[in-house]
Amino acid sequence: MNLSRKWLNEFVEIDAGDRELAEAMTLSGSKVELTHDMGEEISNVVVGRILSMERHENSDHMWVCQLDVGQEEPVQIVTGAWNIHEGDLVPVALHKSTLPGGKKIEKGKLRGVLSNGMLCSLKELGLDERDFPYGVITAAALLNDYHPINPDKPSIPADIKPGDKVFGPVVCAGVANVSPAGDGKWECTLIRTEDDGPCATTLVTDCQNLHKWDLVAYNEKTNTICTLADLHAEQKEFPHCIPDGIFVLQEDCKPGDDIRAVTGLDDHVVEFEITPNRPDCLSVIGLAREAAATFNKPCRFHEPEVKGGGEGVLPELLDVETPDPELCPRYTARMVRNVKIGPSPKWMRERLRAMGVRPINNIVDITNYVMLEYGQPMHAFDYRYVKGGKIVVRRARDGEEITTLDGNVRKLTSNMLVIADDTRAVGLAGIMGGLNSEIVEDTVDVVFESANFDGTTIRKTALALGMRTEASAKFEKGLDILNTLPAVNRACELVELLGAGQVLDGVIDILNYVPQPTRLKVEPDKINALLGTDVAENVMYTILQKLGFETTKERGMVKVPSWRGDVKEMADLAEEVARFYGYNNIPTTLMRGQTTLGGYPEEQRLEQKLGAVCRSCGYDEIITYSFISPTWYDKIGWEPSHPGRKSFKILNPLGEDTSIMRTTALPSMLDILARNYNYRNKDVRLYELGRVYLPGGEDGLAVESKMLTLGAYGEGFDFYNLKGAVEAVMRDIRAEDVHFEGPDGEYLPCSAYHPGRVASVWAGSDCVGVLGQIHPNVAKNFGVDGELYCAELSFDKLMIARGAGAEYVPLPRFPSVTRDIAVVCDEAVTVGALEKAIRKGARGLLKEVALFDIYRGKGIDEGKKSVAFNLVLRADDRSLTSEEADEDVKSILEALEKDCGAKLR
Amino acid sequence: MKEQLAKIKSEALAAFGAVASPAALDELRVKYLGKKGELTAVLKQMGRLTPEERPAMGALANDVRAALEKAIETAGHKLESAALEARLKAEALDVTVPGKTPKTGHKHPMYVALDEIKDVFVGMGFTVLDGPEVEKAELNFDRLNAEEGHPSRDWSDTFYFDEDSRVMLRSQTSPMQVRAMDSMPLPIRIIAPGRVYRKDEVDATHSPMFHQVEGMVIDKGVTMADLKGTLNTVVEQLYGAGAKTRFRPHHFPFTEPSCEMDVQCHKCGGAGCPTCKGEGWIELLGAGMIHPNVLRMAGIDPEEWSGWAFGMGLERTAMRRFKIADLRLIFENDVRFLEQF
Repeated sequence: MNLSRKWLNEFVEIDAGDRELAEAMTLSGSKVELTHDMGEEISNVVVGRILSMERHENSDHMWVCQLDVGQEEPVQIVTGAWNIHEGDLVPVALHKSTLPGGKKIEKGKLRGVLSNGMLCSLKELGLDERDFPYGVITAAALLNDYHPINPDKPSIPADIKPGDKVFGPVVCAGVANVSPAGDGKWECTLIRTEDDGPCATTLVTDCQNLHKWDLVAYNEKTNTICTLADLHAEQKEFPHCIPDGIFVLQEDCKPGDDIRAVTGLDDHVVEFEITPNRPDCLSVIGLAREAAATFNKPCRFHEPEVKGGGEGVLPELLDVETPDPELCPRYTARMVRNVKIGPSPKWMRERLRAMGVRPINNIVDITNYVMLEYGQPMHAFDYRYVKGGKIVVRRARDGEEITTLDGNVRKLTSNMLVIADDTRAVGLAGIMGGLNSEIVEDTVDVVFESANFDGTTIRKTALALGMRTEASAKFEKGLDILNTLPAVNRACELVELLGAGQVLDGVIDILNYVPQPTRLKVEPDKINALLGTDVAENVMYTILQKLGFETTKERGMVKVPSWRGDVKEMADLAEEVARFYGYNNIPTTLMRGQTTLGGYPEEQRLEQKLGAVCRSCGYDEIITYSFISPTWYDKIGWEPSHPGRKSFKILNPLGEDTSIMRTTALPSMLDILARNYNYRNKDVRLYELGRVYLPGGEDGLAVESKMLTLGAYGEGFDFYNLKGAVEAVMRDIRAEDVHFEGPDGEYLPCSAYHPGRVASVWAGSDCVGVLGQIHPNVAKNFGVDGELYCAELSFDKLMIARGAGAEYVPLPRFPSVTRDIAVVCDEAVTVGALEKAIRKGARGLLKEVALFDIYRGKGIDEGKKSVAFNLVLRADDRSLTSEEADEDVKSILEALEKDCGAKLR
Repeated sequence: MKEQLAKIKSEALAAFGAVASPAALDELRVKYLGKKGELTAVLKQMGRLTPEERPAMGALANDVRAALEKAIETAGHKLESAALEARLKAEALDVTVPGKTPKTGHKHPMYVALDEIKDVFVGMGFTVLDGPEVEKAELNFDRLNAEEGHPSRDWSDTFYFDEDSRVMLRSQTSPMQVRAMDSMPLPIRIIAPGRVYRKDEVDATHSPMFHQVEGMVIDKGVTMADLKGTLNTVVEQLYGAGAKTRFRPHHFPFTEPSCEMDVQCHKCGGAGCPTCKGEGWIELLGAGMIHPNVLRMAGIDPEEWSGWAFGMGLERTAMRRFKIADLRLIFENDVRFLEQF
């Protein structure tokens, strides 16, 4: 919500500076986002009157102007604009002036002629034609500015002279005289030669770029001066006949006046963030109330006074029905006749503009003005299009259509509320008017509507139709039902003030329910107990009173003002007290009461543990989005029938890329690996402890399981590096009976991985997850042509796999014997199988087995390999003899040969 | 003979003192003390002495042997330490060559910030809770007093999974308040960090997924002054003892009175600068006294119990903590970024 400080000051005199105002309002609950000085960037720009204009001696399109800028001597300025005339009042940026966009103006020479500044267009002042509708520029096609596209084939001869025919009824004419005709129009005398000699015509034109001696194309049939469009000419053929130029002021001002004051840019606009519970503050009056309470100043609100007396009897002209009273608690309307549509006065346009509303015409501007001032949305209908003089506020019929003011055709349903006449809808209640009853230039009779509609209906309609408007945004928050009447009266008062029409006596006011004012008990003890304060009772009452709460005869009770629908119970009163007592005056105390034992649940402690071990292995933590693109399932090679594709689907996602809740964290990891790969980051190791979202949870929710995902790539990084990290994780949580099974094992095939470099991870009989090299095709799908490695471990399974806490095992008291053995076996025999055989063959003395070499090549037959282990043997109660150790080793070798066909090398 | 012994002694001592290597020392030892050494040769002449002379000469010879042995030992030590010194000198390293650091991983900066926050609250007796992200609208909105029609319920603001707007991605961690009230005995002190989702396009300050930390206390006689005191303590722990805060009125459907807490801009000290958009203050979190309706809906009598709650955005806290200018970095996971923390 924007607030013009000038407008605010009409209701409450606040002389605080912008910063002070912002701080005080923020601390009392109306948060100020920023304050904007509308004329901040403009300096040393004044009004000037053009005393004389002469064509520039060295230019075919520039003018040298002498201007009265309120100083003793006239100022000379050179301009290329053609829309100005002697006597015009124009904005002059003097030597050493500044304009919006950080533009600095200094004096200088233009083609040898001194220019002491610049004449400004609307745009150069940071304004546009919506701010000053009369600033629109219409340009005639001046034949003396004609530049043929093809110099060899000009459409208009270079030596054309008055009287020469251009085409059809269009002839060349010379401008003999130009004088203002008021309203931005010009009276122009044209000379041309007819068969019987010179002939003069005088006409009124909108074209502003005409000067004595110009040659124009005159249409004898329509008696008009042709524009570019009339000649079907391109802009480049008439390079200086452009619909742009200097802003010629039609304001009550004199040379030397500061342009900021003349154009209303001397206001400061405060931008508030208004919370949805305070729709009353979406108005100047509402904010004035808050400001008055904040600064302890009186408010000057005024009761609208309408003279009335317009011709006719309101009830005879207009009948209002509300067949759906619950959707339209109140409907208030008044009527204005003999309306004269025109621009609204400058002060009104300025205020609208300061609040960010575009001025249109006096009647529409009045409705907007009242909406801003009172916070009550208003609508104005053209009475002649209200068929049968009847307004019906009803539900739309399913499929009924209306073209709204923005020109769009809206298809309606019976859940939507329309304003209709006898036959058709003329407006979408509380959202936007209909095009069929729009206020237009020749509107004569106007109906002002000031109503209260059901907020939810308005909100749903606006949402369904995708057209949230200023009005709907207000209605959906719930407005003060008592506000409709003063608002409609204010509109009529303004009509009379602006002389825009005659207001009829009387008001149509349908009140479908009588709101009962809320009465609340003020309980100072409870308020202080909630706030932890010691605010005196009378201070509380003072605060409430200045906010409009009325004390009643019944002691200890207050009546909540009609615009404060948000105040319903003691806690709400406590907030009002706190706001103006000052949140920062509430003491700070430490928590009392029973002490509680804080801490982390076991899951979180495991999370911390897992993170720590991953980091100690060199893996960096990542965070990825929970929602992914369904195409990612294709990218990791999941079949269309893969059960994991069944995902929670967001019905209103931001985009396809973030439309489903992932059931696997693998593609997220691959995406991040690929991104780092593309950034040419070397040796990347990542982990994420994130959720997957599987269907089938309680109450239609998801089963949100966590996954520990590892991902890595880099020079020399291989399967065993990753496996080592997984082993470290399993060891850290003291999981027991951890083993890995290759693709042949009992394991769910996973298409994302290299079929020969993938393993499942087991703790006892529980499969904890999978690890391996990513399938080259999958890596390619993510744009990576190198080897990627990933592991996916189920957090829930890790939770189960956690082993018991550490327990001390006595250190060996007797020395151990070590033996190295190397056996030769078939290539197909796994190290795991060999190890198993070793353990099986041992006779109770074997303490450790460690692989130390795998050899293929010279000395070993093709298809065979030599595998070497280091064995540690020890007895707990004696020193082993060499013979004892040898016996064990012998037994181990027998087992190796028997089970694996492995022979001692 | 006496003269012979004295000569051997003085010659030998001089030779031992000047010896340069262990080999030379050994040679000298043999020369003087060996079986065929000079001293042995002299002793062999003992037989020629008279019995009266023998004891004195024997004693003298022993003295000389002892002196020579001692001198050999000393010379040996000297040589050893010289050799060690030479070796150590040869072994000298260029200590400016970089060390061999084992590569360790890094915690994501957001979780660094979160862990700090968690630790502060756990130390104050709070329990850390975790809950679902795919959540019932009933818990995310209705039970939090955000009635039908509240703008945050719009499909333009919140992600939904069903046409009836019943199941959604939680738009705040606040449903954890309700879950705690429904499942825990009073009094309650919890914090609940986690992911939340809103329909915001990605830019330097927005992301459709981000993180919040929710906190809640319910007890008898809990006041807004307690809220202020506790949160001030937290801010001091996170931002240092001098950190200044202020509380502003605000609105949340599930607290009344509601507030937002600002911390004074660290960059300008409150004077106003681009970091704090000229305000001198930076918004830190939203909080308030739990709305009596929320307590009632959970079956807790607001006449007997009161409580306060807060919610803070984690990304912004982490960004401020580490001076990260663009939110997108958080989710981009570039290791060059991650390894800075």
